[in-house]
Amino acid sequence: MAITRETVLHVAKLARLELDGDEVERMQRDLAKILGHVEQLAALPTDGIPATAHVAAERTPLREDALIPSLDHDRALAEAPRRGGGSFAVPGFVDE
Amino acid sequence: MAAPLDLPVAALAAAVKKGDVSATELARGALERIREKSALNAFLHVSEAPVLAAAAEVDRKRAQGEPLGPLAGVPIAVKDALCTTDAPTTCGSRILTRRGPDGRPGGAAAGWCPPYDATAVARLRAAGALLVGKTNMDEFAMGSSGENSAFGPAKNPVDPTRTPGGSSSGSAVAVAGGMASASLGSDTGGSIRQPAALCGIVGIKPTYGRVSRYGLVAFASSLDQVGPFARDVRSAAHVLSAISGADPRDSTAAALPAGDYAGACERDVKPLRIGVPEEYFAEGLDPDVAERVRAAIAALEREGCAVRPVKLAHTHYGVATYYIVATAEASSNLARFDGVRFGLRIEPERASLVQMYGATRDAGFGAEVKRRILLGTYVLSAGYYDAYYKKAQQVRTLIRRDFDDAFEDVDVIATPTSPTPAFRLGEKVDDPLAMYLGDVYTLPASLAGIAGISVPCGTTKARADRPALPVGLQLLAPAFGEEKLLTVAAAVERLAAS
Repeated sequence: MAITRETVLHVAKLARLELDGDEVERMQRDLAKILGHVEQLAALPTDGIPATAHVAAERTPLREDALIPSLDHDRALAEAPRRGGGSFAVPGFVDE
Repeated sequence: MAAPLDLPVAALAAAVKKGDVSATELARGALERIREKSALNAFLHVSEAPVLAAAAEVDRKRAQGEPLGPLAGVPIAVKDALCTTDAPTTCGSRILTRRGPDGRPGGAAAGWCPPYDATAVARLRAAGALLVGKTNMDEFAMGSSGENSAFGPAKNPVDPTRTPGGSSSGSAVAVAGGMASASLGSDTGGSIRQPAALCGIVGIKPTYGRVSRYGLVAFASSLDQVGPFARDVRSAAHVLSAISGADPRDSTAAALPAGDYAGACERDVKPLRIGVPEEYFAEGLDPDVAERVRAAIAALEREGCAVRPVKLAHTHYGVATYYIVATAEASSNLARFDGVRFGLRIEPERASLVQMYGATRDAGFGAEVKRRILLGTYVLSAGYYDAYYKKAQQVRTLIRRDFDDAFEDVDVIATPTSPTPAFRLGEKVDDPLAMYLGDVYTLPASLAGIAGISVPCGTTKARADRPALPVGLQLLAPAFGEEKLLTVAAAVERLAAS
């Protein structure tokens, strides 16, 4: 599977990453090399093998649904780069 | 007699309790060591005022006859991936810093100040530990050498021209360099075990679910686990006891109480059966490392342990599987760094929301993090999901089954931790795949979610191109088999010293 420049730009867009020209070239080269190594999995027969998404599900009962204090509003906003009206502020996007 | 700071954890806490040394003296001693060894770049933040306040509180409690915790007065360093209310938390990344007046991302001192402590951190505080500071690391724990830190690499105290390993680079250096009695790291694919091996100390990757992940900045949520570093097995066991156990804030933290980890270090090793997988002694293994590891296994056999071969047939697929699963999870986890709620925000004039995201993430993330986000996004994207992500999850099952089968016949598996001793700074930075392949012996246990430890087993022979360098023996046990690991690790430590 060839990794083209367009593939890198498409994936970068999905990931909300801006890359400059040199970075695109570098990532194209690196991804091709890493995916080249990963290709070996294709040769391994896995028909009927269940997928492991998580290893710990059986020992994790749900906790009681009790009310506990949550993060204080001002504390939650304290590290926001921009805030306004008691909220996190972002550039307008409704018309985009 | 050793300086109090160099005592094992239990002896140090006992000396504080007895009044042989005050917590304040220990805090000052640790701060002094950290200053003396600042060239090793182990710390991103030193918590001078908070640690002196915590020490004064331990001394006050003792003076007034109040009970002291099991780690009272013990200086412990914490990886900067764990949230702390009294110290900034950057995870080695500029994206968790505030923007400077010049509009550029800030340094580690301008790091994000979390509104809560990680559970492991809160438990150390409750046990009376003195948290001396936050340690350097590969950005978002992505790396095997510490060189992906946005704030410069930490250096190996054994030879400062070499890496200490990673990603918990600073936590290993702080302990190996005597700046703290123990430290916390996190291990997603080897990030505790490998730096422990390269720095000549002990590092435990607990079973997935043994220690709460609450307040650990998430990298790959099905793999991440918090664990301790120390200079000896018993000290690591004491810290593990303090941080283990269920947590209502982490649904993946198992509802099982901590084991008797200190007691396990004193048990007889003879009844335990040791498995040796030949797949872990394959091409690419440094001959000196192989020799030290085989010698440690032979010493266990002379002690009376049954040593037998086991088969871990899918070992070879671990790297490919891990770099799909971990990057897929990371690409999702790191979506939260968007410039809105915390950390860096780069907002060019009249920028749209999407432009703000892009500009912030471009300026905030380093090259390796971008590489892994791209890879993870790619393997999850339409048309590739089955071929990559689903396939990797199936191979993950095969790797788990290999371990399940092997543990039918043996109690503990013994392997090298890393195929090579500490390598030179800069040696692999331009070749990400070569860096990934160095994790070949630690990744399978992470994928299987089982318990692991790296314990020192001697050094390589000094030669013209490198000094004698530490070698780590990796021991693996089934899920929640930490006690067996510690019994064997304590025996390895004793036999290596004799």
